[in-house]
Amino acid sequence: MKAHLTRQAPVAWGLVLATILLGWFGRDLAKALDARWLVKVPSSWDIPFNTYISAAMAWLMEEAAVGPVSFTDATRAIAWLIEQPYELALNLLARGFLFDPGPEPQVLLPAASWIAVTAAVIALGHYCRSWGLAALVGACFAYLAVFGQWDSAMVTLASVVIAVPIGAGGGLLAGIWAYRHPLGERILSPILDLMQTIPIFAYLVPILFMFGFGPVSALVATIIYATPPMIRITIMALKAVDPEILDFGRMAGTTRRQLMWRVLVPSASQSLMVGVNQVIMLTLNMVIIASMIGAGGLGFDVLAALRRLDIGAGFEAGIAIVVLAIAVDRLSQAFAERMGQVRHTAPGSWAARNKRTVLVLCLLAATWVLGRFSPLLLDYPQSQTITTGAFWNDTVKYLNVNYFDAFEAVKVFFLQWFLLPIKKTLLGIPWPWAIAMLTLLGWRAGGWKLAALCGAMSALIAVSGLWAKAMVTVYLCGASVILATLIGVPLGVLAALNRRAGIAINLLIDTLQTLPSFVYLIPVVMLFRVGDFTAMIAIVLYALAPAVRYAAHGVRSVSGELIEAGLVSGCTKWQLLRLVRLPMALPEILLGINQTIMLALSMLVITALVGTRDLGQEVYIALTKADTGRGLVAGLAIAFIAIIADRLVNAGARGARIRFGLES
Amino acid sequence: MIPNTKLSCRNVWKLYGANAQEFLSRNPAPSGDDIRQAGIIGAVRDARIDIAEGEIFIIMGLSGSGKSTLVRCLSRLIEPTGGQVLFDGVDLLTASEQELIEIRRHKMGMVFQHFALLPHLTVLQNVMFPLTVQAAPRAEAEAKAREVVELVGLKGREDYYPRELSGGQQQRVGIARSLVTEPDLWFLDEPFSALDPLIRREMQDEFMRLQARLHKTIVFITHDFEEAVRLADRIAIMKDGEIIQVATPEELVLNPATDYVAEFTRHIPRSKVLTVGGIMTPGTQAEGVPVPAAARVSEVAEQIIAADAPRPVCDANGRIVGSIGRTAVARVLFGAGEAA
Ligand SMILES: Nc1ncnc2c1ncn2[C@@H]1O[C@H](COP(=O)(O)OP(=O)(O)O)[C@@H](O)[C@H]1O
Ligand SMILES: [Mg+2]
Repeated sequence: MKAHLTRQAPVAWGLVLATILLGWFGRDLAKALDARWLVKVPSSWDIPFNTYISAAMAWLMEEAAVGPVSFTDATRAIAWLIEQPYELALNLLARGFLFDPGPEPQVLLPAASWIAVTAAVIALGHYCRSWGLAALVGACFAYLAVFGQWDSAMVTLASVVIAVPIGAGGGLLAGIWAYRHPLGERILSPILDLMQTIPIFAYLVPILFMFGFGPVSALVATIIYATPPMIRITIMALKAVDPEILDFGRMAGTTRRQLMWRVLVPSASQSLMVGVNQVIMLTLNMVIIASMIGAGGLGFDVLAALRRLDIGAGFEAGIAIVVLAIAVDRLSQAFAERMGQVRHTAPGSWAARNKRTVLVLCLLAATWVLGRFSPLLLDYPQSQTITTGAFWNDTVKYLNVNYFDAFEAVKVFFLQWFLLPIKKTLLGIPWPWAIAMLTLLGWRAGGWKLAALCGAMSALIAVSGLWAKAMVTVYLCGASVILATLIGVPLGVLAALNRRAGIAINLLIDTLQTLPSFVYLIPVVMLFRVGDFTAMIAIVLYALAPAVRYAAHGVRSVSGELIEAGLVSGCTKWQLLRLVRLPMALPEILLGINQTIMLALSMLVITALVGTRDLGQEVYIALTKADTGRGLVAGLAIAFIAIIADRLVNAGARGARIRFGLES
Repeated sequence: MIPNTKLSCRNVWKLYGANAQEFLSRNPAPSGDDIRQAGIIGAVRDARIDIAEGEIFIIMGLSGSGKSTLVRCLSRLIEPTGGQVLFDGVDLLTASEQELIEIRRHKMGMVFQHFALLPHLTVLQNVMFPLTVQAAPRAEAEAKAREVVELVGLKGREDYYPRELSGGQQQRVGIARSLVTEPDLWFLDEPFSALDPLIRREMQDEFMRLQARLHKTIVFITHDFEEAVRLADRIAIMKDGEIIQVATPEELVLNPATDYVAEFTRHIPRSKVLTVGGIMTPGTQAEGVPVPAAARVSEVAEQIIAADAPRPVCDANGRIVGSIGRTAVARVLFGAGEAA
C-alpha cells in the first residue's frame, strides 16, 4: 500500500525498510536503550476515556432531560414503539398469544402452525415468481421443521419481519428528505460515510446501555446497521428518475406530496426494491451479532454453541440460518422483480383475486381449530425431528483423528511464516515512530488535513491505553486482507478474462455473500480449533468478495481502445495484462481492497468468540459486562483504524485515477 | 403585440452558471461574448414572442439551441433568470405555487419527447392521472379519459401498460393525457422526434386532425424543418439560445433573415412551402375555375401545368385576387429559388 501512495521514490522505500527493521528489532532496541516506553505506552500517560464516557453515559441516563422529558423517557418511548409490533410478530410466529395475569400463563391462541407458515411462504413464492421458487422456499421451511430448528428460526424471522419494514421505510423517508432538501443531503451524507466505516460494535455497547439487554436492543442495532444502504439507494433512485417524468408530474399540477408519492416513488420502485433487498440481507447478517445483546433465535443458538465449543449444535443452527437466509433472499428478490413489472389485475371480488391469501388464512384457522385435538398440526413432532449434531461431531472427530497432522502442519506453517512475523513486527514498532509514519503517509496521500486526521486518531489510540490491542487488530486484519487480496485479485482478473471461470467464480462469491458472517467460523473452528489462524481464515472468507468483484469490474472496464492499442503494439497476452489491464484497473482494485478492509474489521467481534486478543475481544468483554466506557473506547479505536485505512486507501485510489487521467 | 395574444414572453433569459442572476442584474442586456467570458451558459437569451389564440407556433432549432429550455420557461417548469411571461395577460413568473398548480391543472397540457408515461399505470390510469390529482369524481374522470383515449384512436387498449405499446401508441397516450383536462394552451416538446419516419408522418396527420377539431393554442417544438413547415402557422428559429427569426414558413423561405436561416430552408422543396398567393400575378384577368390563394403550390401544380391558360386565384372569401400560370409554377418546381 505504501508503495502506491508515495511516489516510489527511494526515500519511501527507505522509510518502509526502516519501519520493518524497527518493528523486528523494536523490543531489543528498547531493552538496550532501557526505554520501554518506546514500545509500550506508559500507563501513567493513559487518559481514562472509559471513566469519562461511563460517567457521561450515566449522566445521560439519569439526569439528561429536555424540559420535562428525560432522556430515559425518550429511549423508553422508542423501545415501546418497537416492542409492540415485535411482540405481535413473535406471538404469531413463535410464542403464541398468552393471557397472563397470574403465575400460570394461559395460552389464548397458539403460535401459527408450521403447516400454515410453510404454506404461506409457498404461496408467496408462487405469487412472486413460479412454482419453482415456491418449491424452493417450501423446502427451506420444511427443512427448518424437520431438523428441529423451527422455534428458533421463527424467533429470528420475527425480528427480520419487524426490522425490515422499519429499516426500509425509515430509509425511504430519510432518503426522500435528503432528496428534497439539499441541507438534508449535506447532513446525511457524512453520517452515511461514517456509518460505512464504523464497525457495528462501536455502537452495540451504547445501544445496550440505552435499551438494556433484550430483543429491543438487538432490533435497534439491526435497524441502525441495515438502514444506511436504503437511504443511499433512495437518494440515488429518486435522482435517477427521468427528468421528463418529473416535468410531467409538475405540469399535471401535482402538489409536492402528490409529486413524490404518485410520480417519483412509483417510477423509482424498481431501484428502491434493490434497497429493500439490501436491508433484508444486512438484517440477516446481523442476527448473530445482535444475539450478543439479547436477540434470541438462531443467532443465539450459534453463539451459545460456539461458547460451549459444541460444534455439532453450532453447525446445525448455522445451516438453519443459511437456509432461512436463502429462502428470504430469493423471496425478496423475486418480490422486487415482481413489483418492478406491473401485471394486469384479474377482475372479480377481493376473494377471487386473492385466492392464495384466502387459502392460507383458511389453513391457518383450520390448524388452529384442529390443533386442539391434534398437536401435530401445530408443532412439528419432536420425535420426528432429525438431528445432525452427532453426525457433525463424528465427522470432526474423524477428520481430527485421521488428518490431525495435516491440519496442524498447515496451521503451524502459516503461523510460523506468516502470522507471527507480522505480529512481532507490528507490536515492535515504537509507537511514536508509527504515529509519525502514519502522519507522513497521510500528508503524502491527501495533504495536511489527512495528515492531521491520521496523526490525531493514532495518537488518541495510543493514549487510550489500547495501543497493543490495536496493533493486534491491525495485524489480524492486515494479514487477512493481504491473504484475501492475494487470493481475490487473481480470481477477479481470471473472472474478467475467462467467461467460464467467471461464471463459476461469481457463483462462489454470491454464495459466500449470502451466508451470514459467522457461519464461516463454525467449520473452521471444527478443523483448526480456536486461535488466530482460525480467525484469519474466517475473516478471509468473509472479506474476499469485494476484492474479487472490484478487480473483475476494474479489469473488465479497461477501455477497449487501450487494449487494441496494446495488441497493435505487439503485446503478448501476459504483457497486456501486466502493462495495460492491471495498471488501469488499479484504482478499482484499491477500492475493492478498501471494502475488504472494512469487512475484515467488522468481522472482528465475531472472531473474538474464538479467542483473539484484539479490540474485538475488548468490545466483546465490555458487552458481556455491560461496561459502556470500555466498550465504547474499544469500538471507537476500531472505528479510528477503519477511518484511517479508508481515507488513506481512498486517497491512494484517487491519486492513481488522477495519474491515469480518469479523474481530474 | 398581435391581437388576441394568448401567451407572450418579453426579454426572457435563462442563464446557467454561478451567480447568473447577479450577472444579469448587473448587465441586463449582455452579448454572447459577455456571457461566454463570465463562464455562463446562455440557454435562452432575450426571447420575445407573442403567440395568438388558436395558432400553431413552432420553435425550431438544432439540438442544444435552447428550445426545451425556452418552452419550460414558458410553462415555468424552469425559473427564468429574467423577463416576463404573460399568459392571458397574467404574469406567470409572479404567480404563487398554488396559483401555478391551478393554472397547470386546468389551462396547460404538455407532451414530451420520450412520452414520460408512468410505467406502473395502465393506459387509462395514465390518461386519468391529471384528473386524479385534482381529486375529480372518479366516474366522471374515467368517462372523460375514455373519451380522449378514443379520440386518439386507442380504444380497446385502455388496460394495456405503456411497455406493451409501440412508440407511436405511447405517444398517443401522452397526447390523450395532455388533452384530458381540456387545456387552452398545449405544449409539445419534440413529440414525434423519437418515432420512426413513417409513424412520424402518420402522427403529424393525426395531430392536424385533432387541431382542426380542438383549436388549441399550440407551442410545438421540433428540430425538423420539414415537420415545422408542414404544421406551422408561424415558426421561430433558434440558434445558441437566441431567436433569430419569427415568421410564416413562406416568409422564411422568401426572406430568410440570416444565412443560417437560409441554410435551413435550402433543402426544402419550395413547392411545399410557397402558397399560390405568394407567387401569383396580381390582377383579375384570368378565366376558369379559381384556385385558392392559401393552397401550397405543390397541391395545385399539376392542374395548373395541365391547363392551357393561367388560372384565376381567389382569396378565402372567394374574391378573385390574381392569376397564376405555368411559368410561375415551373419556376417554383424547378428553379433555383428566387421564385418571387
Ligand atoms: N441544468 C442545466 N445546466 C447547465 N446547462 C444546461 C442545463 N440545461 C440545459 N443546459 C444547456 O442549455 C442549452 C440548451 O439546452 P436545451 O434547451 O435542452 O436544448 P434543446 O432542447 O434545443 O436541444 C444546452 O447547451 C444545454 O447544455
Ligand atoms: Mg430538447
